[in-house]
Parts: sequence; structure tokens; C-alpha cells
Amino acid sequence: MSSWLDYTINGLIVGNVYALVAVGLALIFGVSRLINFAQGSIYLVGAYIGWVAVVQLHTPLPLTIIVVAASAAVVGLIIERFGLRPLQNSVRIAPLLATIGISFVLDQLVMLTFSPNPRALPSQLPDVRFQVGGGTIGPLDLLIAGVGITSALLLFVFLRYSKLGWAVRATAQDRDAAMQMGVDVNRVNQAVFGIAAALGGVSGMLVGMYYNQIDTAMSLQATLKGVVAEVVGGAGNVPGAVVGSLLLGLVESYGVAVFGTSYRNLFAFLLLVVVLVLRPNGLFASARQAPPEPLTGTFIAPSRPVRIPRWALLAATGIFAILPLFPVSFYVLQTFINAWLLGMLALSLTLVAGTIGQVSLGHAALLAIGAYTSALLSLNFSVPVGLAVIGGGLMSAALGTALISPSFRLRGHYVSIATLAIGEIVSLVILNWESVTRGPIGISGIPPLSLFGYELISPTSIYWFSFAVMIVLALLQGRLLGSHLGRSFRAIRDDDIAARAYGLSLNRYKSLAFIFGGFAAGVSGGIAAHLYSYINHETFNTQQSILALTVVILGGLGNVVGAIVGSVALVGLPELFRIAAEYRILIYGIVLLLLVRFRPQGLLGTM
Amino acid sequence: MLSLRGLTRRFGGLTAVDAIDLDLARGELISIIGPNGAGKTTLFNLVTGLDRPDAGHVSFEGGDITGLSPERLAAEGIGRTFQLGRVFGNLSVMDNVLIGAHTRLRAVKPAVPVIGPLLELGLALLRPASVKLEEEKLREQVKAILARFGERLLPRIDQPAYSLSYANRRRVEIARALALKPRLLLLDEPTAGMNPTETAEMQTLVAELKAEGLTILLIEHKLEMVMRLSDRVIVMDEGRKIAEGPGEVVRNDPKVIEAYLGHGLSGTAEQESAA
Repeated sequence: MSSWLDYTINGLIVGNVYALVAVGLALIFGVSRLINFAQGSIYLVGAYIGWVAVVQLHTPLPLTIIVVAASAAVVGLIIERFGLRPLQNSVRIAPLLATIGISFVLDQLVMLTFSPNPRALPSQLPDVRFQVGGGTIGPLDLLIAGVGITSALLLFVFLRYSKLGWAVRATAQDRDAAMQMGVDVNRVNQAVFGIAAALGGVSGMLVGMYYNQIDTAMSLQATLKGVVAEVVGGAGNVPGAVVGSLLLGLVESYGVAVFGTSYRNLFAFLLLVVVLVLRPNGLFASARQAPPEPLTGTFIAPSRPVRIPRWALLAATGIFAILPLFPVSFYVLQTFINAWLLGMLALSLTLVAGTIGQVSLGHAALLAIGAYTSALLSLNFSVPVGLAVIGGGLMSAALGTALISPSFRLRGHYVSIATLAIGEIVSLVILNWESVTRGPIGISGIPPLSLFGYELISPTSIYWFSFAVMIVLALLQGRLLGSHLGRSFRAIRDDDIAARAYGLSLNRYKSLAFIFGGFAAGVSGGIAAHLYSYINHETFNTQQSILALTVVILGGLGNVVGAIVGSVALVGLPELFRIAAEYRILIYGIVLLLLVRFRPQGLLGTM
Repeated sequence: MLSLRGLTRRFGGLTAVDAIDLDLARGELISIIGPNGAGKTTLFNLVTGLDRPDAGHVSFEGGDITGLSPERLAAEGIGRTFQLGRVFGNLSVMDNVLIGAHTRLRAVKPAVPVIGPLLELGLALLRPASVKLEEEKLREQVKAILARFGERLLPRIDQPAYSLSYANRRRVEIARALALKPRLLLLDEPTAGMNPTETAEMQTLVAELKAEGLTILLIEHKLEMVMRLSDRVIVMDEGRKIAEGPGEVVRNDPKVIEAYLGHGLSGTAEQESAA
């Protein structure tokens, strides 16, 4: 019984931490209808500033909190001023992509400054436990609870009684009306980002002290947890975010108590998906809202795609097809093989995110499904590798679409959250379903690629194989886009309400897009599995999803040739300039930010 | 053909559509007028399935269609345009109008349950002769529909809709609705933002459609056009139907004048109209 009380206390404390992140997300969503994917990065920055203050500067605790809150707030203000304000009149997808880019840049900067190894962040409080009823509670628990309650009270007073607080609430209710009445929306945004960042930073520091450990993986986890709590409470609803956070903390804590630690995140994401499907406006929203306001064709940047003449495409294809006949090094071939594999994933994502407008952030999960299916088919059932790869593609198409289908009824940024969560769920299921996936050990000894009984081992043959597969997938996709399905997908992206009024079933066409795209991604994952010969649950991670998204935006959303050009550019150029691996993700983040700001239609234009 | 009984929709404390009854016969054109916020567009949304009523029934051609999805209703032959011109911005004019014909695609939508979508995908990729032929025919039909707008749209057939003028977007919307071959057409302020010449063109077009026997429900603010085209006029205010009848009768109804000019001002209005 006593342990249950401990789990409850732990759940509430963790929930309190989530609340600090979620409240910031809710404030930002309230005033700018934006899910700030960089919130977790600010939390990470807060944790490391806390580490510098405690370990290097030996500041006393109250000063540490103030330093962390102030520096995090400055980071928040910089993000608002330089990352998001220039995008105010941009298309809906732009600020979302910008926060993703910012988050990668911040995470990488922290990683490059402090190294990715975990560090200890000692708590500055005495290590004693008080008996409370049947459980125990420490001073740090009390501090976290205290910070949570104090921030909630301060925020309440600010929103309720200060003039700027009124302006924030007015902007949240009706941005245009607030502007008409003379509210300085930029100041409101600044205030909100500053507050959200201060809360997020302090929260990161407290968590670091709570577990006495900080590392750069905290960022994505914090964003995910904050978003889950916020969405459960109802996006933009500040008190709802607090309740959602406490609920999430308890669900996780009890889940861990019953099933074990490795299931912690699974519960969080399942809670998210269940809430999104059953109550997409959160637990506390009234069931029926007024229909959303009409917004037409503003999802992607309008542009005329660059028309590349057929002969140029044929010539380029020809040159790449005969490339291995020239005296090129294995290293060059290897680089291009990576580009072709990424190209298949980008083809898949450009269809899903670009053509039908479902910005998937969990696309690596489709790779994982394809890879595991192909690996297991060839290992356990001795299926020839060529067929196993196709099996991986089909499984990814079927299972991937089924898993992502709960997100079909969602719109805009919610799709990104849901797909991100579904991607995490896939990775967690792979980790925990040991009887099939061999769990954390991963699958080793995957047979090499082979075709009709001939093993493809030389880089040249692998190059040709992956290039041919990618070209076939690209041609199929081009053919798809030229059919009535292409225009139906694009119509749904541009205006799903008008599309429905003309008889286009959203479920049907989103499913078809994911089936087609899932196949390409699954094939890419399958080929990768046989190339790597070893895969585990971390082989295909969120970084690859983001890399693919950057490729797709670089090439132009929905643009088939653009997806391939983007893959070659983002895989090839860093190799060409011999950029060290740890800087690459930083560069991807910066590329994404610059694209969103200066060329949202990408190199070859959106289709 | 279309009949509404006690149709009601509430948003929180506000009753946007309040117990509306309406009967529309085949070939009839009824206009719905009323001040902004009277609930006209919400009524359209209820009829076309984009919103669900809290109470009441909609029936179409004798069948109950209350709460059916917009996809189903489009397939039943209910076409509509939107108040704010919801064209597909990145699609060409041709593709926009082809989407209107979506429910009529036969060769690419095999009527097989469960695996229907997969067959549709397969046919779209393989494109046998029947599919190509159907697509060709549809493109010819689209050109014929666009020709009804004179030289307004045909020269811009391959341009993306976002590059069109506001008036042309409205025209594309109507062309898209016509491509559905609708049995019932709902037009939500087709002349909003149009100048007098363009309005007159639109009026001629709607008159032609009516003469061809199309059943039309029209929301319009330009009373001149309403009076000329309508068989009957329905006036809405604050969600309720406050008057119904031939245009001339409705126009002089004191309740209508009051609704338009604001409560308490109607006395002045009567004096003005007398003077």
C-alpha cells in the first residue's frame, strides 16, 4: 500500500514538471495557434544552464532558479523575434517547421558545447526523506511542487489582473479583434514566449536535479510529454494543461508500477492517441465546436514548380546509372547508395506531407516496420531477400497505414503530433515485444541483399539495385500524381472541407496516400536492414524523420524530382565538404530554418 | 425535392438556425436573404452535411438525409459553392473543375466493397483504355462548362487557382459545382465582391441554369438579382425565418425592413420609404 502512495506522489511530482512545460505550450498555442516543438529544447537549455550554475559557478539555489529562468526567457525571446515573427504572414505549415528546425539547432548546439554524454546535476537540497502517511517525500519533491504551484499562481495573477495579461487573453480569444483594438500582438507574443521559456527552463533544471542526470535526449522527450499533457488538457487551455499534466504523471507512474519502466512512454503516447481520437479538442472542451474558419490554399506556399525538360531528366538518370562504370571510389558509391535510400523515404514523405498535406513526423516508423519485416521474413522464414524486401514494403503499407489512421480525422499541427507519437509507439513496441523483435538486443546476422539467388555484395551492384528501385518508385509516383488520385490528394491538402463537399472521402484518400507512401518507405527500410545486417529499435529514429522532412522541403513539397534532388543534396554535400557527423544535424536544422524563411517552396517548387 | 423540418443548430448559447421549415420543388429557385449573421450559411452547412443539426430533419428526393456526410450528399447530387470562395489554390482551373466531377468517375471507382480503394489505386496507376477515355470525356465537359463563362476562365485553364482574381475564383467554384451535374445547387453569395458588370453576367448565368431546370437555393445580398431570379424569397433573422413569399411581398414586409435596418429604427425607415 505504501508503495502506491509513493507512486502517487511520484506521479504528481512528475506531473508538476510536465505542467511547467505544458502551460508554456498552452500559452503559445493560445495566442498563435502554434505547437512549439522547440519547447523541449528550451527545457534542455535550462537543464544545462542549471548545470553550469550549480557545478561551475556554485550559485545558491534561489539564484540558480533565477539565472535559469532569465536565460531561458532570453532564448525564448530570441526564438520569437528571429525565428517566428518573420513568418507571421506565412503559410500555416511554416511556423511549425521553423520550431522543428529551431529545436534541432538548439539541441545540437547544446550537444556540441557539452558533449552528448550524460552529466550529473546535483540537487542543492539536503538528501533527507520525510515520512508522509505510508510514503516518503523529499525536499526536492516539495521544491518542485512549490515551484509548480507558485508559477501557476503568478501566471493566474498575471493573466487575470495585469494589462499585458488581459492582452494575452484577448489575443488568445480573437487575434484579429485584439489587433483592431490596439493590442500590440508582437508584445503579447514576446511575453508569452518569454514566460513559456522561463517555465520550460526551470522545469528542465528541476528534472535534472530530480534524476540527478541530464543529457541531450531530454529535449525530444520533454516536447513530447508537454505536448501530450497540453493536448489531453485541450490545446490552448492553460488550466487544462495543468490537469492534463498531473493526469499524465499519474498514468505513467501507475503504468510503471504495474508493467515496468520500459513502458513509461508507451502509456504517455497511447494516452495521447486515445485522447486525439476520442476527444480531439481535449478532455475539457465541449464536445461540439463551431466549424473551423475557412482558409483556402494557405497550407503550403503557392508556387509554380520548376519544369525540368524530359531530356534533362533522362540524361541525369543515364549519368547516374552509368556512374559505377567510371573509376569512382567505393566511398562515393556508398554516399550515393545512402542518398537513394533516403530518396525512397523522401518520395514517401513528399507524397504524404506534400501532396496530401499530412506532415508526418514519425515517418521513420515506416522504415522500421519495413526493415523488421524484411529481416524477420528472411531470417525466420527463409524468404528470399528480394521477396522479403517487397514483403517489408507491403507490411509497412498495411500496418503503417492502420497505425496512422487514427490521425486521419485530425488537421494541421495535430497530425504532426499524432504521427510523432505513433512513431514513438512503434519504436517502443519494437523495444518491448521481445518474442518477435528480440527487444533491445536487436536483430543481427541479417542476410545480404540478393536477387534471384545472386547475392549483391559489391558496392556497384548495391548501387545499381537501390538506384533502380528508387527510379521505379519515382516513376510509379509520377504516374500516380498524373491520375485523378493526384489531383484528389492535392485538393484535400488545399481545402479538406471543400474536398469533402465534392465527395472526396478523407479517410479513403489519406489511406491510399499512406499505403502508397508506406510501401516506398518500407522498401527503403527493408533494403537498409539487409545492407546494415544489424538493426535495433533505435536504427530508425526521429532524426531520420526530420532529415526526410528537410529533404522534402528542400526539394519542394510534393515534388517527386525534388525529393531525389534534395536527398542527393543533403546526403552528398556534407560528404563532399567532409563535414563531421556531429555538425550535420545542426546543418540540417539551419537549412530547414533558412528554407522556411527564404524559400518555402523549396528548390523545385511545390506541386 | 428538398424539405427542411424544424432544422435547428445551436452554438453554445446562440441559436444560429432556429426551427427552419423549407420546401423546395424541382426546378424552383428560392433565395434566402437576411442580415449578416442571420444563419444563412449555417443553414447551407446543415443541408450539405458540413455541420449537423441539433434538431430537425432534412429530406431530399423523399429520403431522409439528416446528418449524412458531405461526401455522401455530393454523391446524391447536392452541389454547393462557398461564401468565401474555397477553390483549391494550388490546383489548375481544369483540375479544380475536374474535382467537381469526382463523384461521377466510374472507371476509377470500382464498386467493390473493402478492396475498392486498392482497385482504385491500381486503376489509377495502370490506367486502362476505359479510364483514359473517361478522363478525356470529362476534360471536354469541363471545357464546355468553362465556356459558359465566356473568355473569363478558358484562357486561364492551366493556371493555378491562387493566381485568379476574386471574381474568377467565384466562377471556378460555380463551374466546379456544375461539373458535379447537381440535382440541387446551393449558391452562397455567388456575386460577393463582383462589380455591376460581373454581377449582371452572373445573374444571366443563374437565370440560364434555372431555365435549364436546375433546382437552386441561393443566398444573396443583392436584392435586385434576388427579385429577378427567385420564385420565392425566404428572409432569415437571428436564425429564424421571419418572412416567406414572392419577392415583392417580402420586400414590403415591415418585419423584413426592421430586420435589415435594426430594431427601433424601422419607424424612420417607413417614413423614408413613404417619402
